[in-house]
Amino acid sequence: MATGDLALGQEQSALNARQRVVNDFSINVATVNGSGSQSANSVLLKSIFGMGVPVSGKNLFPSNIAGLPTWYTIRASKDGYIARKRTSEVLVALNPETAREDILALPTGGVAIYEENLNLKQYREDVVCYPVPFDKLTAAVCPEAKLRKLVKNMVYVGVVAQLLLLDLTVVEQSVKKQFSKKQKVFDLNFGAVKAGYDYAQANFTKQDPYVVEPMNETAGKIIIDGNAACGMGAVFAGVTVVAWYPITPSTSLVEAATDLLKKFRVTPEGKATFAVVQAEDELAAIGMVLGAGWAGARSMTATSGPGVSLMAEFAGLGYFAEIPGVIFDVQRSGPSTGMPTRTSQADLLSTAFLSHGDTKHVVLLPGNVGECFQFGHDAFDLSERLQTPVFVLTDLDLGMNNWMSEQFQYPETPLDRGKVLTAEDLERLGGFARYKDVDGDSIGWRTLPGTKHPKAAYFTRGSGHNASAGYTEKPEEYLYIMDRLAKKFESARKLVPAPVAVKNGTSKIGFLAYGTTDFALVESMDQIKKEYGQDVDYMRIRAYPFAQEIHDFVASHERVYVVEQDRDAQLASLLKLDLPAEQTTKLRSILHYNGLPIDARTITEEFATKEGF
Amino acid sequence: MATATPNPKVNHIGLPILDYRGGKTTLCAGCGHNAISERIIDAMFEMGVEPERVVKMSGIGCSSKSPAYFMSRSHSFNSVHGRMPSVTTGALLANQDLTALGVSGDGDTASIGVGQFVHMMRRNLPMIYIIEDNGVYGLTKGQFSATADIGSKLKTGVINDLPPIDTCALAIQLGATFVGRSFSGDKKQLLSMLKAAIAHKGTVMLDVISPCVTFNDHEGSTKSYKFLQENEEPINEIGFIPSFSDIEIDYDSGQVYDVEMHDGSSLRLRKLLEDYDPTDKASAVRTLMEAHERNEVLTGIFYIDTQKPTFIDQLNMVDGPLATLPESLTRPTKAALDTLMANLQ
Repeated sequence: MATGDLALGQEQSALNARQRVVNDFSINVATVNGSGSQSANSVLLKSIFGMGVPVSGKNLFPSNIAGLPTWYTIRASKDGYIARKRTSEVLVALNPETAREDILALPTGGVAIYEENLNLKQYREDVVCYPVPFDKLTAAVCPEAKLRKLVKNMVYVGVVAQLLLLDLTVVEQSVKKQFSKKQKVFDLNFGAVKAGYDYAQANFTKQDPYVVEPMNETAGKIIIDGNAACGMGAVFAGVTVVAWYPITPSTSLVEAATDLLKKFRVTPEGKATFAVVQAEDELAAIGMVLGAGWAGARSMTATSGPGVSLMAEFAGLGYFAEIPGVIFDVQRSGPSTGMPTRTSQADLLSTAFLSHGDTKHVVLLPGNVGECFQFGHDAFDLSERLQTPVFVLTDLDLGMNNWMSEQFQYPETPLDRGKVLTAEDLERLGGFARYKDVDGDSIGWRTLPGTKHPKAAYFTRGSGHNASAGYTEKPEEYLYIMDRLAKKFESARKLVPAPVAVKNGTSKIGFLAYGTTDFALVESMDQIKKEYGQDVDYMRIRAYPFAQEIHDFVASHERVYVVEQDRDAQLASLLKLDLPAEQTTKLRSILHYNGLPIDARTITEEFATKEGF
Repeated sequence: MATATPNPKVNHIGLPILDYRGGKTTLCAGCGHNAISERIIDAMFEMGVEPERVVKMSGIGCSSKSPAYFMSRSHSFNSVHGRMPSVTTGALLANQDLTALGVSGDGDTASIGVGQFVHMMRRNLPMIYIIEDNGVYGLTKGQFSATADIGSKLKTGVINDLPPIDTCALAIQLGATFVGRSFSGDKKQLLSMLKAAIAHKGTVMLDVISPCVTFNDHEGSTKSYKFLQENEEPINEIGFIPSFSDIEIDYDSGQVYDVEMHDGSSLRLRKLLEDYDPTDKASAVRTLMEAHERNEVLTGIFYIDTQKPTFIDQLNMVDGPLATLPESLTRPTKAALDTLMANLQ
């Protein structure tokens, strides 16, 4: 063989290596709602995760039981970016209804894998096409016709695995985990994966640059959705009463909590140390939560925007009568029914001030699944310590999608059950005044119904009451309670999770954001640095009332961009109410509210425009 | 306190009736609600219920203010309009050892609160739910409620032309297990009924007609004292024998119906109507409907079911309050979290 040939071969492989895109792309799986693609998507996601590559998954589904288009995107990112990307490079087109628009959305050089008779090649010359006879392959491995719709999804897992160079043994492990205890189900599904894999191997020559290569970035990490993480946090906080009404996207939070309660909270005699009640509506759910909180239980509910609206009157009662209770709000796009399966951060103001009169609430703002667990736990301590309803605000993106995370840490401190007087305390004290500030922290002492002491009882009411819980319409007595409640909110400011200074350097420009905006913002900061050479600082807010650090952050920057996923700049508005007047003019807003999770490019472009770059 | 009332009569747990009293009423003089408060005090005293075990629950309205006027040694929760059932449900989930007594009104129950009322009945939540029923909104100065009878007339001359909701018929149909109606002025019947209610395990629904002396006690009102005195027809006369008492009441054996209550006591109904069977749902509802047609207000206990499991029974919880379970029973172990984490990798 001539040396020139060898040299040519080396050059070719060097070129391939240069063109290869390793661990940095998105896969978009387009299916029909109700086709059962969830397991397949999960296997694919976990296989990439199993290869040690940072990965995130997003389910973009319709408000429908079956028949409407659904997209699932999986992003592999060697840099650890987990926000939504505007475009996906790899398409798996299984829905004839959307196949044309799906392939048109691919970037030049993208990849399309599709049922061969869809003949998508006609729409794009500049896309690498891999037509697959899915139905034929499925029929061969799945004799039972009614299961084929499900099994077909596993065939595309095999095709994608082969094309992206996934390790088949890792895929096998993921399938095993997915169908943990059922050998027959595993055999059927992995058989389908294998059929897809073998077909791709025998029929395709790889023409696209996208590959997964092993990394070591996921060792010891977990994958979980935010709802499951919140539910887990509640269970490890020792929640005893759960009252709820089903609503997308919060339903799976209660379901996850219920599963764990059944697993860990049943005595050897088969008795439950908990009660889960599906209420008749959200009004009843919050009523039960407050009734239980009043009687001393750790109680919770989970809902979304419309449910929060219904809970408004009770939320005010909980605030004024000073009753603990935890309310998870998994935000979705409103107003009204809105887009129930699309994400949003537009409930911030309505929860912060939920109800009528002078009411304001403690709101926790987890920014990742780790914090869903932690705040899902801490909310109960805070609620009982502060004797007030505590809201935990997540959103559909965080709640219903799978996220990578460090393992959750077991709570270090015992449960904080707050200020509760026992019969012995009452005997020693000779009585108590329920709503009196005796410790200087504006939090009174309470007794629980059933406390066996003649001086234990007090009258709980939403009407005007004095320090001894007696009815009043006297101005000075009403003022005492209202001013003490305001001071208690100041106590809360110091107890709620402090903000995280993600970057606090010397830049004149700062960013403020909370929740899922974080994923896109950290990526955007890198884009801003790379593309405009601009350093920016960023503080991630984790609770309302706002901690002093947030005031300081605004004070130490010339311009502060508040990035959030709602139309009316709710976070910026809430900040303006809190900040000194001269600081408020520093705030500028970057807003995103089309129902999709915010992406980095949106922030970068808006920032560049506003800065005049 | 004991010195202020020398040799007070005490009940079987050693408490004088004074320990069952509450604050001074702020309702109108002569209001039927005050008479009901008095009967609650008597019943709780006579049954020897520990005041600290009782929670007094209410919604909003004149009736719902009344828990302040009895049993000051019991915790009380004056919640929001029409939502007392959910608050009570939560309290009982937290502490199933509590005895819950709810006071509501006809507006609080049959209008704004009908949704929660319906579902509480359906669950057979173990509580005593009293409707102090005057057919009118007192606190907002006299609008009709949903229990006002067709043809009843307000002082302003407005005539009600919508049919009333019969809360008793509704409760029976929905699954309440002790349903009765009385009249605030009928001391003997109301007291017996309340004592039996205390012994019952399950939802007790008592509709107590309680005329409003200010807005609904005039000619043309079907919930006035005069109307009721002329039209009230008891279906059974009640004798109640608590389990701890050895007092025997002399009844004609041919005309009594004994119901054994959960705590071993027995409720003795004197049948005034032939063949009335308080365990038969269908006939209970029919009896009520027929009385409506005759323009009569039936009182008595219409329906009892001592067998149906309560909501609390169905939840299969550990004994005692969930509220005060120790952390060792409510927070899963570190090993549990480790297992969960391992499964998510």
